[in-house]
Amino acid sequence: MNQEKVDKIIDRYSAKEGKGILIQLLLDIQNEFNWLPGEAIVQISERLQVPVSQIYRIASFYKVMSLAPIGRHLIQVCLGTACHVRGGPKILDKVEECLKIKTDETTSDMKFTVRRVNCLGCCALGPVMVVDNDYHGKITTVKVKEILESYD
Amino acid sequence: MARIKSTAELEEQRQEILSKRDPDKSRIAICSGTGCLALGCDRVISAFKEEIKRQGLEDKVDIKETGCPGFCEKGTIVVIYPEGIYYLQVQPEDVPEIVSETIKGKKVVDHLLYTDPSTGAKAIHESQIAFYKNQKRLLIGNNIKIDPKNIEDYLALDGYRALAKALFEMTPEQVIEEVKESNLRGRGGAGFPAGRKWETCRNASGEPKYVIVNCDEGDPGAFMDRALMEGNPHSILEGLIIGAYAVGSHEGFIYVRQEYPLAVENVGIAIEQAREYGFLGENILGSGFDFEVEVHRGAGAFVSGESSALMTAIEGRVGEPRPKYIHTTISGVWEKPSNLNNVETWANIPLIINNGAEWFKSIGTEGSKGTKILSLVGKVNNTGLVEVPMGITLRDIIFKIGGGIPGGKKFKAVQTGGPSGGIIPEQYLDSPVDFDELAKLGSIMGSGGMVVMDEDTCMVDIARFFIDFLCDESCGKCVPCREGLDQMRGILNDIVAGKGEEEDIELLEEIGETMSNFSLCALGTTAANPVLTTIRYFGDDYEAHIKEKRCPALVCKDLIAYYIDQKKCIACMLCLNNCPVDAIEGEKGKIHVIDQSKCNKCGTCYDVCPPKVGAVKKISGEPVPPPPPEEERKIKREKGEKEGD
Repeated sequence: MNQEKVDKIIDRYSAKEGKGILIQLLLDIQNEFNWLPGEAIVQISERLQVPVSQIYRIASFYKVMSLAPIGRHLIQVCLGTACHVRGGPKILDKVEECLKIKTDETTSDMKFTVRRVNCLGCCALGPVMVVDNDYHGKITTVKVKEILESYD
Repeated sequence: MARIKSTAELEEQRQEILSKRDPDKSRIAICSGTGCLALGCDRVISAFKEEIKRQGLEDKVDIKETGCPGFCEKGTIVVIYPEGIYYLQVQPEDVPEIVSETIKGKKVVDHLLYTDPSTGAKAIHESQIAFYKNQKRLLIGNNIKIDPKNIEDYLALDGYRALAKALFEMTPEQVIEEVKESNLRGRGGAGFPAGRKWETCRNASGEPKYVIVNCDEGDPGAFMDRALMEGNPHSILEGLIIGAYAVGSHEGFIYVRQEYPLAVENVGIAIEQAREYGFLGENILGSGFDFEVEVHRGAGAFVSGESSALMTAIEGRVGEPRPKYIHTTISGVWEKPSNLNNVETWANIPLIINNGAEWFKSIGTEGSKGTKILSLVGKVNNTGLVEVPMGITLRDIIFKIGGGIPGGKKFKAVQTGGPSGGIIPEQYLDSPVDFDELAKLGSIMGSGGMVVMDEDTCMVDIARFFIDFLCDESCGKCVPCREGLDQMRGILNDIVAGKGEEEDIELLEEIGETMSNFSLCALGTTAANPVLTTIRYFGDDYEAHIKEKRCPALVCKDLIAYYIDQKKCIACMLCLNNCPVDAIEGEKGKIHVIDQSKCNKCGTCYDVCPPKVGAVKKISGEPVPPPPPEEERKIKREKGEKEGD
């Protein structure tokens, strides 16, 4: 983690201190590091004079925020209604089985993290799985393995 | 760009933009909404850029990356203007042909046109495609004509004319009166009349007042707000500024989910450009009215889309709802009067101001005016965004626009309104779609998600799916919602596992009633709807699970079994090689057999068995046929017959 980077992000909001910046700030940290490192939370707490507990409350409430480091590739399997009726749960099962981890876990080599999401809004392509920023649509259980193998 | 300071200057600016544009010049519009992006439209776009360059046509053709025109099923969508030729499912390989044939040769490329599945007729223009023909696209119709990152495109289509009209020709009270008269109802779900909300907010004491756009579109299976925010952000912004003027607000928020990165980006650009042109900031268009807006990203919580929760999140706190004994229009963000409307509601405002309440009222039904954008998804042929006049029947939406159910399957139900909505069976397909009629059926309009389900969908499983979703998303603040959902989930898990008991249905109904009556916010009061409506309309599905331990739709894992039909198996090894738990035994030329004790029912064998073979069978509620005796497992081939591979 880079203290300077965190400081820079906090600086972006310095003009608006006290006006509901905490969630936006944490989102920026999340986007920068892909998770919310504990040191960053302490740093924010000290600079903004906000209790650590309050920051954790937010960080643990929101789905986008992660309190644990995630793997190099983030896999999001859509289980929105449309994907559900088109077999999304089977895709998630297959991903879990291939990687031998459960949802919200990371492989021990830090390569993949698996999450389920509740609709990515590209229902026409269901079932959908997104790896990093690549959308894989209309996938079958057979394709899952191929897709996973294409990442290193 | 100097800020525009009067209506006259605005019209001058518009004329200047239009004069720079040659209506006869070739233009290639390519959808770059999230749906088409997922299908690889970025590769199509770069292919066009390259090809245009290669053929030396840079001066003769414009390429426009536009918002979503709705027909996601057939993406990537490319429209060639001025002819308006609609090409579907365009791949990068098709690009040279389009440029040579259509742009240069003015000929239509037949194989990229829409083909009517029943008549085989080709459609060249949007108006000839069944999916579009029965729609009324007032809000999303412009998406394909606009590059959302370029304000000039919006201005060229009369953009911000309504704002000028409101600011210079109407008092705030007249604006409110017009919106009230139009009977525009909130598109976010509750259908509360927007004009009345505005009036309450205007009359509330306390300064400053806030106006808010709710684009925290969390309903799974709904993406109409995203398409508008991504594709035509200025229409929302214009509506918001008019609303701010009407309620007397000078500060606004646009709340967008972080999960919609393109929407966040495009609305950010739109705000910057609007500020530059003088539609935001101080002294807007020289009228003396000041208004500023900022984007607030949502961090992934379904419940934060509820208005009071959303306002708490804007304050930087955890987005949980609060009791609304005092409406947010009176005490909202930082306890100040705050007027929140959904994206689609705001986008309707410029139309109403430009065309008048009478015009708006001429569309729709008695109680619900105007159009509604629906996202038509699930087991339907033409998936996508559909904008229809209120009052159209479910049947027309699903069969005329949606093209019916794929694979010759039978329609079973349609789920409307997201997790708070309900499930509507076939006998009500002729019901008109509006706020009140859907409520009568036990469902809601909600934000307009419409998930079609066919005979392969298990209603108990769907109910469990929604309850599971809501368990996850309930903030846990009030007991009926938190505990009720958890108990429901337990009961439904038992039922789908074949451990249901006869009194479970009654218990589910009792819990549902308690939740509806006593939960704190709309999430809790409507959370039981999916369960209650499935019980009401598909009681047989529940009975089969509970009494016969059978899943009629063959979905619930614990109640189904897979086996291989010995008469059909060609011993091709496909299922055997793909089975993740090595539950299939056999070899080339020897009929395969599934070991039921090892099978984890993942369905891979069923998926990989070629449809023309169809040897893997799924059953429920009946015993698995015994495997063939060893001596009958050898496949005898006729001479010359090829072995399956």
